[in-house]
Amino acid sequence: MIGQGTEASLLVDIVFWVLAVSAIVSAFAVVQIRDLFRAALFLIMTLLSIAGLFILLRAEFLAAVQVLIYVGAISVLIIFAILMTGDVEEGSPSHSMKIPVAILSTLFGALAIFVSVSTDWNLLETAIAAGQVSGDAVTGVYSNTIPVIASMLIRDFVLAFEVASVLLLAAVIGALALIREG
Amino acid sequence: MGLENFLIISAILFSIGFYGALSNRNAITVLMSIEIMFNAVNLTAVALSRYVVPEALAKAGPNAGADAAQFLLTGQVFAIFIITVAAAEIALGLAIVIAVYRTRQSVFVTDATQMRN
Repeated sequence: MIGQGTEASLLVDIVFWVLAVSAIVSAFAVVQIRDLFRAALFLIMTLLSIAGLFILLRAEFLAAVQVLIYVGAISVLIIFAILMTGDVEEGSPSHSMKIPVAILSTLFGALAIFVSVSTDWNLLETAIAAGQVSGDAVTGVYSNTIPVIASMLIRDFVLAFEVASVLLLAAVIGALALIREG
Repeated sequence: MGLENFLIISAILFSIGFYGALSNRNAITVLMSIEIMFNAVNLTAVALSRYVVPEALAKAGPNAGADAAQFLLTGQVFAIFIITVAAAEIALGLAIVIAVYRTRQSVFVTDATQMRN
């Protein structure tokens, strides 16, 4: 990893594989378990593992946002909806299209894996080693990411930033209008 | 641990979410599967921005300043927008699920047939 000593790499690798396996196994449990409440708990496990992977990718701010919004807000919303709609024990039966969908998603996953392995990526590490990109600039950005993200949100992506706030307002009003009695 | 590992994990997570969204009848499970797919896309965006040289930085060359180096974090900014959209989507989706449950007493996507014919 850039900006880290090699002595930590074995520990980082172990953490990476633990997080990866827990994310994939819990995601599989979410779609397979019939009990909705347990599926929601496994969804929280997946989201937490992905937050850990974000930390390994040096995206600490995003990991915090992930825990706050996904684990804190969205999971609670999903569990509320499960409890309000009842039928928890009836669970989530699958329909007759299960096997074609399984084949289709396996094919899609295989295609995505093939593309990501066979593409010749312009990697940051090799570019720094070749002297095409200054390593100091990269470590400078990754030493403190939050001011850089903030300035990008306000300057380069200001239109998307404003549209996102309007979208959230529209979502709040729309959800209230849908839920309202009568 | 490299770029390929993260991309393979994202691909597997996306396929699992895709399978869950299309094979389950319960609308809440479908929404949870869509959340897994959103997370897989987020992981891809962040991993690519971590390991791949951005176009602006490659053009600026070895003496790039902070203006070009900030594009290293484009993937993280994209992920923030995706999380925002996912939050709006899940709020509206669950509102629709509860509205359908009120009229049909069911959360199965196969029972929401009001707009058929």
